[in-house]
Amino acid sequence: MSEAQVDNGVNVEALLDARKALTAAPEAAQFKWRAACEWKNGTHSHSTVESFFGLGEEQHRSTKFNFDADHPEVFASEDLGATPVEYVLVGLASCLTAGVAAVAQHRKIQLRSVTATIEGGMDIQGILGIDSDVRNGFDGIKVSYKIDADASPQDIDALVAQSQKRSAVYDIVTNPTNVTVEVN
Amino acid sequence: MSRCLAERSIDHVLLERGEVANSWRTERWDSLRLLTPNWQSRLPGYGYQGDDPDGYRTMPEVIDFIGQYARVISAPVRTSTTVTSVRNADKGYLVATDQGDWRCRTVVLATGACNVPQVPAVADAVPAGIDMFTPMEYRNPAQIADGGVLVVGASATGTQIADEIHRAGRPVTLAVGEHIRAPRVYRGRDLEWWMDAAGVLDERYDEVEDITRARRVPSLQLAGSRGRATLDLNALTAMGVRLVGRLAGISNGKAQFSGSLRNQCALSDLKMNRLLDAIDEWATENGLDGEIEPAQRHEPTKVEDSPPLGLDLIGEGIRTIIWATGFRPDYSWVEVPVLDRKGQLRHDGGVVESPGMYVMGLQFLRRRKSALIDGAGDDARDLSAHLASYLDG
Repeated sequence: MSEAQVDNGVNVEALLDARKALTAAPEAAQFKWRAACEWKNGTHSHSTVESFFGLGEEQHRSTKFNFDADHPEVFASEDLGATPVEYVLVGLASCLTAGVAAVAQHRKIQLRSVTATIEGGMDIQGILGIDSDVRNGFDGIKVSYKIDADASPQDIDALVAQSQKRSAVYDIVTNPTNVTVEVN
Repeated sequence: MSRCLAERSIDHVLLERGEVANSWRTERWDSLRLLTPNWQSRLPGYGYQGDDPDGYRTMPEVIDFIGQYARVISAPVRTSTTVTSVRNADKGYLVATDQGDWRCRTVVLATGACNVPQVPAVADAVPAGIDMFTPMEYRNPAQIADGGVLVVGASATGTQIADEIHRAGRPVTLAVGEHIRAPRVYRGRDLEWWMDAAGVLDERYDEVEDITRARRVPSLQLAGSRGRATLDLNALTAMGVRLVGRLAGISNGKAQFSGSLRNQCALSDLKMNRLLDAIDEWATENGLDGEIEPAQRHEPTKVEDSPPLGLDLIGEGIRTIIWATGFRPDYSWVEVPVLDRKGQLRHDGGVVESPGMYVMGLQFLRRRKSALIDGAGDDARDLSAHLASYLDG
């Protein structure tokens, strides 16, 4: 298969150009990602994502993205949206999957299908305050990929490994981050 | 470089802060052996003459080897002469030392890539009562207090020190970030033999896809031991060393480890297998199949199901931390504007941006082998040619 035919819909040239430009002007690489959240009722909240800061200026999208979060009925909630922890899983799976596509394009591997399932284990004795030895968060996360591509199993393993190495959400989930919460 | 300059009858002097082979005399731990086999240290007009070509030099043997070479080539070395600064001067450079100043038209920085141990900022948060050593301070296990040891870093240095300390009865926890696994011997031959024969070590800096990345690749997880044993993470786990993820932080006396250990090991196994695939392919092309041991693949690196993410350092008996987190060159004495914002020299294959200035001995300077003793010869031949034409021009 010739290289020109590989198209995963990722503009690798643009990404490589951006990398080159930002190497020369590292201050433009400073981004701020944002979301706004409003309490509705009970455990239901509504969040929006619109602007961000990057390349030295405010960036606006043409669309405002909306996210409802709630808890399921087994927690006596109304189940009006995914739980916040499920948003974390969505974030990790979509970040790794975008990475698979980008790395595949860069390595000239044509993808036909990529699907992932992701599962996070949690002992809710932590969040319910039953056992202080149990942490609130996941005790582990498992991601399983099914990938159909013009590549050897080893090359596909390497795609998935490299995607983890370059993933922002993977880094956020696997390493500690300082969090400051204030009330204005 | 001195030998190549002498061949071209270019007057020069070598300034050495201590004695010949100073860093090998003063900055290495006692049991260290060279990571490359004896036969592989080939210097212009000089090579190994002993009866153990496949062995690995001890530090006294390395010191002898370099000292012998300096005598054989009559290198004009000024020992006990510390360079304090290099500055631009009329038609060249002014090199200030504690033994007087030198003026020269050209200068070669041959101080190496490993002058200063890189200790991460998180070291500031280590609780009082825990001893810390860099690999330059570490000599042998007798320095290490009884109790647990956290070795941070799993490249060649970290794995060797972890091995030695654990054997000496101080239980080791090894924090593993990016590393490159490599078998010492493959299909009956030293891995360095394969990389040399297949031309991997001769790959040029202007032929690899991403030289910045190639220069950042960590050292192969090799050790030079009498038994030519492979010292990978599986060997360490089998001895009882506990693996944890990259050290991500220390908060209230508790070390936090990244949850990325599984992927770090997967990346490393994949890299090793790609290298072995290339070796097998080369062996087939060169008719070695059938003559030598068959190809084999090693068991994947074993990682426990849920490696610990935290360690209460004092509470769990850690008495010592070893920072095997790499080294960087020291250019604090270079007062010529040739450093980038990360403090690295701006150079093209050893030709520094400032005319008449050269550098040697850095990772992948001109070839993959540039940082090896065996890489100095080819680089010196190239750079001395450039230097000579600069002087003529």
